[in-house]
This record gives sequence, C-alpha cells and structure tokens, in this order.
Amino acid sequence: MKILHDTKLMFVRNMQHTLRSPVFVFVSMFQPLMYLLLFMPLLNSLGGVPGLPAGKTVDVFIPGLLVLQALFGTAFVGFSLIDDIRSGVIERFLVSPVNRPAILLGRVLRDAVILLFQCILITLVAIPFGLSLNIYGFLLSLLLYALIGVTMASISYGFALIYKIEDPLAPTLNTITLPVSLLSGIILPLALAPVWLQDLSKINPFSYAVNATRALFAGNFQNIGIIEGFIVIGILAIIVFYWGLRSLKKMAS
Amino acid sequence: MISDLVIETKGLRKTFVSKDRGGRKEVEAVKGIDLAVRKGEIFGFLGPNGAGKSTTQKMLSTLLCPTGGEAKVLGYDLAQQQQQIRQNVGCVSQAGGADLYSTGVQNLVLQAQLYGLEALTAKKYASQFVERFQMSSFIDRPAISYSGGQKRRLDIALGMIHRPQLLLLDEPTSGLDPQSRAYLWEEIRKLKADGVTIFLTTQYMDEADKLCDTIAIIDIGKIIVTGTPEELKSSVGGDTIVFSFLTEETARKAEAMLTEKIPKDRIQTRNNAVHLNIKDGERMMPELLRALDAKDLEAQTVTLSRPSLDDVFLKYTGRSLREDDTIK
Repeated sequence: MKILHDTKLMFVRNMQHTLRSPVFVFVSMFQPLMYLLLFMPLLNSLGGVPGLPAGKTVDVFIPGLLVLQALFGTAFVGFSLIDDIRSGVIERFLVSPVNRPAILLGRVLRDAVILLFQCILITLVAIPFGLSLNIYGFLLSLLLYALIGVTMASISYGFALIYKIEDPLAPTLNTITLPVSLLSGIILPLALAPVWLQDLSKINPFSYAVNATRALFAGNFQNIGIIEGFIVIGILAIIVFYWGLRSLKKMAS
Repeated sequence: MISDLVIETKGLRKTFVSKDRGGRKEVEAVKGIDLAVRKGEIFGFLGPNGAGKSTTQKMLSTLLCPTGGEAKVLGYDLAQQQQQIRQNVGCVSQAGGADLYSTGVQNLVLQAQLYGLEALTAKKYASQFVERFQMSSFIDRPAISYSGGQKRRLDIALGMIHRPQLLLLDEPTSGLDPQSRAYLWEEIRKLKADGVTIFLTTQYMDEADKLCDTIAIIDIGKIIVTGTPEELKSSVGGDTIVFSFLTEETARKAEAMLTEKIPKDRIQTRNNAVHLNIKDGERMMPELLRALDAKDLEAQTVTLSRPSLDDVFLKYTGRSLREDDTIK
C-alpha cells in the first residue's frame, strides 16, 4: 500500500535526522530526570495525603511524570518542520506523488518511537527509587504515551505549518502544555485540589491519561479509567492529526 | 487540444485572500493567463519580482489550486489529474528543496523512491545523475556544506531524478556567480537536447535571451507579450547605428548621403553624430562605412546596438525591468 510504503520512507528519513545528533534524545530527558532526583524526595514526605498513599508516592508519581515527558518532550518537534519548510523540502515533497498523510505520519511515528525509548529509560532509572509496577500494565501504558506523543507532535506540526516561522511557535506551545500539565494532577494529586479545579481538570483530556496510566502501573485492569484514557486520547490524537494534515494541504495556498 | 503542447492554459487565475486586521483583502497574483508551451522547447517566463511567475509555476506543479481558468499539463487536466501530473513533471522551486542535513546521495535516493522507484533502481539513477552533473567530489557530504552552484546542481538533479518529460525551473540561477550560471545554462541546454521540455521562470533578461526558444513576458499578473527572443526584439524596432564625425558639418553631409540608402525618417543627426535606426544593422554597417569612405566622410567612431529584452519590456510596460530589479 502506498501510504505504508511512503510512511516508511518518511519515517526512515526523519529517524536518520534524529540519530545524526543522538545526544538530543538524552538532553530532552533532562526535565523528567530533574523531577525524579530533585522533586520526588519532597513527595515522599507528603505520603498519606489524599491521592498519595504513604510509601507508594513513587508509584503514583512516575506514570504522571511520563505523561509530562510525553507532553513536553514532543511539544517542540514543530521547529524541525519549520526548517524543512524554509529549505523547500516540504514543498518538494508536496509536488511529488508522495502520499500526503505519510509526510506527517513518518514524523509523528518517529516522535512516538523516540518518546517510548525515553519512557522506558526513565522507568528503569526510577526502579532503584522504589518503583514497583505491573509489567503488562506498563506495556499497555506505553501505547497510551505513544498516543499522547502523536497528539502533541501533531499539534506542534499543525502550528508550525500555519506560522511557518519560529517566533510564535514556542509561546503557542507553552500556552497549551503548561495548563494541560498543571490540570493533569502530575506534580501533586488532584485529590488535593478544590472542587472547581477538579471540575476543570475533567475537561482536560490528559488528566484521563494520567489516571489511566496510574491504574495500569498498579495493575488495576478493572479500573474504568483505563478505557476512558484510551478513548479520550485516541479520539484526540485522530482529530489533531487530521487538523495537522489539513494545515499541510493548505500550507502552499 | 493540439498534441505537441506540453503546457496549455486558458485564463489561469490566482487570487490570494489575506485576512488581516480590517477584514478580507484580495490580491490578484495571476490575472488570467494563456500559455502554450511546445514539446521540446525551453520556454522562458520573464518578469520582475512579484509579477506572478512563481505563483504560475506553483499552480502548474499542483502546489497551488487555481482560482479560475483551465490548464493541461502533459495532456493531464490540472483540476482532475493532479497525481498524474506530479508523477510525470519535474519541479525545482526557488528555494531548491534539498534536505540540507542529508548528503546529496541520500537526497537523490529518497527523491527517486518518492516517485515510486525501487531502492536498487533509485541508487542506480542517483549515481547516474552524480556522474552526469559532475557531483562526485561533494555528493557524499551533507548538502549544507555545498557552494551555491553545487547546491543548484543537486536541486536540478532532484527535479530530474525520475526522468520527467517536463521540468519546471523557478529562477534556477538567481544568486549564482557568473561561472556557475554559465555551467547551469549548459546543463539546461543538455536537458533540452535529451528531449526534455523546460519551463523556466527568470528575472534575468540575458538568461531568457540566451537560453529560451520562446519567451512570455509577465508583469503584474498578466502576460504582456509572447514570442521568440528575436521576434520580441525586432518588435521594438531595428538596431541602432551611431556614426560620429569631427564636425557637425561633416555629420550633415553624411546624413544627406545616407538618405540615398535609408528612409529619411530613420536618420537623425544630433550635434556631430548621425543616428540610424534600421533593421539588420550588422549587415548594413560595412556597406554604409564603405559608402561614407568613398565620399571622404570619415567617421571617427561607429557603434552598433541591438535592442535588448529590456527595450521590449520598456515598450510594453513603460518601465524598465532593470529598475525593478534594483528596487528589490
């Protein structure tokens, strides 16, 4: 199938770009590692408050931390696309018979693969800190992280295609990532929040992802939050991918 | 449709709508143009910056959707058969489009694969183009390290890798040094010799003049005149010959003598110089010189100037193409 053939070509091309300077794959893990080393010790002494069972703060914190990585680690991929727009690469792809969705799919799949590599690495680093997890739940949650990565990458590419210049891109993406991460109960559990804040978090798709992955790490497979998380993020990923694709098709005009 | 037309447009239009503060603003970039590009020719699309050249090319390459009019490219309908056009047309944009962080070879192989070639064939084609455009000394380095001329060669190889019958070239030599320009012109002529039809946009008159079989001059979104370089230049009038003499008196005598050979309204004497505007100036000049000599009317200097495409542009628009260039 043409879309698979072309997606593979685009994926390989973009992966080559990333691997040309692999050090940045590790640099973009700096933020979660800092949280792990410099912030998580604070949480340990909070154990026992609502949403943070004593002695299990690591188990609650890590799934959320990986959501944070999925949000911030992929949010800024649009900058690489602006480079390609400026040098005429995207235009060259668009006048070729290449499948249009493949141009974006090849990129978001690369982003998702890099993200999963980072998630696994962060999880491994967290094990000496006392993390205990259900391995099947963990594997399933990787799928959810990948979907979050696809979502954020699509948003980032969508805005890059609209702006075509760097300056407005970072503020726009920060404006999106900061509130959705604060409203996800990643740093501190939302159980501590006043009612209005808890209500607000219910319209934030990523808070469902945090709930779902916490349940998955704990192995609570009967928890309805898991299904909710997959449905909400799955639908969101599809919507923003199509929005990004529309921006790509409209780019020239 | 006549079968030897590779590009045929009727009333092709493009209007951009920009939504700025203060509401909608429409900009007519291309105001209805008719083009007829014959198979195997180099067709020059000449005009100043912002005339609508690139917009037209982007429509022909399916990148932009026309606002109105119709067009056929290689016999395919621009509105209906975009995928066929993309597969069979080669396109080199102004920016070029090489991936700067990949090597030239990686660029070429991927490009060939995007047009549906198998990996092995893609590699074979790539090495053929490397040889043909003499790129082997730099092609394994990332494209970001290339000189302007080297990068342009790669850009054109990218546009040709799937061996299209029609190549759209958008300002291929802008910003290049004279040597690289001359080299590139040579390559473009070779492509023509291979039977490729070339649609070339340019803002350089000498480029259009030296390279193109047919030229369409575009200004503010409209084609103002089309023809071969020779036709266009002779439409402005003939060549100008200026004989200058030591004294005005000699000049007057010369004028009187020359009226025997040339219609009076084609001769003008200013001070001690006689200006002639005639067809075939090159061929006439020796004869006129001999005639003057025979009467002992010795010309001090003689200059012959042929009309340039700038004179053509000036005639039809009232502006000089050069002036426009310097503004930009």
